[in-house]
Amino acid sequence: MDFGFSEEQELLRGEARKLLDEACPLSELNALRETPEGHSPEVWKQLGELGWLGLIVPEAYGGAGLGWLDLIVLLEETGRSLFPGPLVSNSLAAATLADAGDDAQQRRWLPALADGSRIGSVALLDEREAFWPDAIGLRGQRDGDGWRLSGEKRFVTDPTAADLFVVAFRTGDAPEALSLGVVEAGAPGVSAKHFPTLDQTRRLGNLELLDVRVAADAVLGAPGEAWPAIERLLDRGATAVAAEMLGSAQAALDLTVQYAKDRVQFGSPIGRFQGVKHPLAEMHVQLESARSLVYYAGWALDESPNDVARAASRAKALMTEASSRIGTEAIQLHGTIAYTEEYPAQLYYKRSKFTRPLFGDADHHYDRLLRLRGL
Amino acid sequence: MDFNLTPEEEAFRREVRDFLAAELPPPKQRDAAFMPEWWKKIRAKRWIGFSWPEEVGGGGGTLMQQFILKDELARARAPLLGSDYTGLHWVGPAIIQFGTPAQKARYIPEILDGQSIWCTGYSEPDVGSDLAALQCRAVREGDSYLVNGQKIWTSLAHFAKSIFLMVRTDADAPKHDGISCLLVPMDTPGIEVQRVHNMGAGGYGDMLNQVFFNDVRVPAELRLGAEGQGWEIICSALQSERSGITEVNRHETSLEDLLDLAARSERNGRPALEDASVRRKLGSFETRIEAMRLNGMRALTRQLRGDLHPSEASINKLHNCDLLVEMSELALELQGSAASYYGSGEAVLDKGRWQLAALSWPATVIGGGTPNVQKNIIAERMLGLPKD
Ligand SMILES: Cc1cc2nc3c(=O)[nH]c(=O)nc-3n(C[C@H](O)[C@H](O)[C@H](O)COP(=O)(O)OP(=O)(O)OC[C@H]3O[C@@H](n4cnc5c(N)ncnc54)[C@H](O)[C@@H]3O)c2cc1C
Repeated sequence: MDFGFSEEQELLRGEARKLLDEACPLSELNALRETPEGHSPEVWKQLGELGWLGLIVPEAYGGAGLGWLDLIVLLEETGRSLFPGPLVSNSLAAATLADAGDDAQQRRWLPALADGSRIGSVALLDEREAFWPDAIGLRGQRDGDGWRLSGEKRFVTDPTAADLFVVAFRTGDAPEALSLGVVEAGAPGVSAKHFPTLDQTRRLGNLELLDVRVAADAVLGAPGEAWPAIERLLDRGATAVAAEMLGSAQAALDLTVQYAKDRVQFGSPIGRFQGVKHPLAEMHVQLESARSLVYYAGWALDESPNDVARAASRAKALMTEASSRIGTEAIQLHGTIAYTEEYPAQLYYKRSKFTRPLFGDADHHYDRLLRLRGL
Repeated sequence: MDFNLTPEEEAFRREVRDFLAAELPPPKQRDAAFMPEWWKKIRAKRWIGFSWPEEVGGGGGTLMQQFILKDELARARAPLLGSDYTGLHWVGPAIIQFGTPAQKARYIPEILDGQSIWCTGYSEPDVGSDLAALQCRAVREGDSYLVNGQKIWTSLAHFAKSIFLMVRTDADAPKHDGISCLLVPMDTPGIEVQRVHNMGAGGYGDMLNQVFFNDVRVPAELRLGAEGQGWEIICSALQSERSGITEVNRHETSLEDLLDLAARSERNGRPALEDASVRRKLGSFETRIEAMRLNGMRALTRQLRGDLHPSEASINKLHNCDLLVEMSELALELQGSAASYYGSGEAVLDKGRWQLAALSWPATVIGGGTPNVQKNIIAERMLGLPKD
């Protein structure tokens, strides 16, 4: 038994941190949010050249053929630097293609997602924001051996950056009669828009589909049988988002601990007062515990499929609680300096708000853990 | 990262599991005659003192084997390893680390064979969390010490054979430097023990005492370590190895029972398992128990790699405290007014185990350092914040 990272993984962590610190410092974030892409295409290209966009893509399709644990190392670092690029969206689209797509489909789409020449995202939710099968309402109409889609997908991450979307739609009346198809951003009838977000480093919006054709060869797996693949996608999504949250929550906690050592009031560093030091200790306990759960979920995705659902739910649940608390306390424990636009605490706070509902908040996952026990 | 066991580790797990399946009867069949027989058997397997070096009679088990052994024992709901908990968990390790050859030869075999009963003399009426301020005085006179003072909350002192006693030997030195450790037989003239009863009605977990020392003469050869080395001994004893796996398995069992209770209970006239707040709490317990298990495994990996932070155990100790309090609280809430019944009679649910839980958590939460003290330790030693 070994619950630590390999030398290669530690090396990846170090390189990722160095590159992101240089190429994507917090001071750039304000400028980036005004650009059409919302992130830096040059940095994205660089990540592609390093092979980091295709870490989990099989080598046969142009990827590095590594595992989720390697991706988690990278996501922790992108979370730490509040990297605004669509790494989670792209990774989830690629993972779903690799999971549910056939050889031809993987050959067609994966190399471009792995080298950064195209960006993928996933479009799951529509009318209802819930993570069970009958919440997916968008209905496919038969069209020869393919399908036609008309409707709106909501809460799509990186909608305007993405070149293609893995879309969930309904192909029957039974709750689980669901399918997954690939929709390209440039296809007739497809339009995407994003809305102003509370966390301005992140893009979120709608994918609008007007009589969009999904050919038979763009449907991943057998029509009507995609629910298990969608569930796996939800678990990967929860784990990936939790890994980014781990990085940003740690950065927010580090910033606050440092401030508590430096800031002097009543003749003493404020970190000497238990009203400051005890919440910091509690957050450290929560974050280290969430860290254990996130790493384990990553390992389970690679090595222990039967554990994945529970592991992902526990990780996202505790990580969400830790991140919400740390986001809020990072502001409160600093005082007014943290209320200002130029001080970074507010960025972590907003990120904690953005990531909370993604792939289910803590309540959703606590509830799901009981459902997974049949209760 | 790899959560699988190596073939050798797997073989050891099999050995333990097979032994327990063959030799350990289910909890209900373990009568008074069983325990001494059981301890004899596991002593023969060297599982008592399994982590101790072989030259003192221990099992010489590797860290990984200790982890596996504890895990398997807890899963099988095996009784404690050995009768002298204090001796096995901190007095023995301290004697192995700081004792003379003569002290090791005298005390270690007794502890392993279940002949000893140790108690711990740290706390005093005026000294709790600030343990380094202890006052119980020992004055050197020739080749013995004369001890005067008082200890309190001394678990098991009423039938202990010896006390692991911390005394002040130098009143002028800074408070951490003037402390020494004495290994004192409880039948030494001048020692008086008085019972203090805890709130666990009916004697549950009742083991506290006050111990008075009046001109107690202790031979100097019973001092453990050097004069003034007491604080170092205390620190090392308080840290004594703790994978936490036993607590984790205990919480897992409690959670199963709590889910079972919830399935039989109602809230506001509806099944309790349909209540969102009940579900949230239960899901959160499961999550934190699993986090404790994984935290323990991460700590073990760091220990194997040689970079374990000594304060790591405080993280799981805080989870442990929260879970004990919150789980017993929910169990009583679920019972409604039936939670007011006590004992094992017909009116009480689940043989009164949740009421006992609600009356016994302070032993874990307060004993061995309160949550506030753990938070100070984490903030100061792990986050590097200034001492208060
Ligand atoms: C079941 C049980 C068995 C025990 N067995 C033994 C034994 O065998 N031998 C022995 O020597 N002792 C034993 N103890 C005593 C135990 O170790 C002490 O009670 C414990 O260390 C706390 O000390 P105190 O009770 O004096 O509380 P205090 O130290 O007086 O603390 C009172 C309150 O103040 C808080 N506090 C104190 N200092 C600080 C600080 N710096 N910052 C923030 N908050 C602070 C505490 O958290 C607590 O809430 C036992 C206790 C229990 C419950």
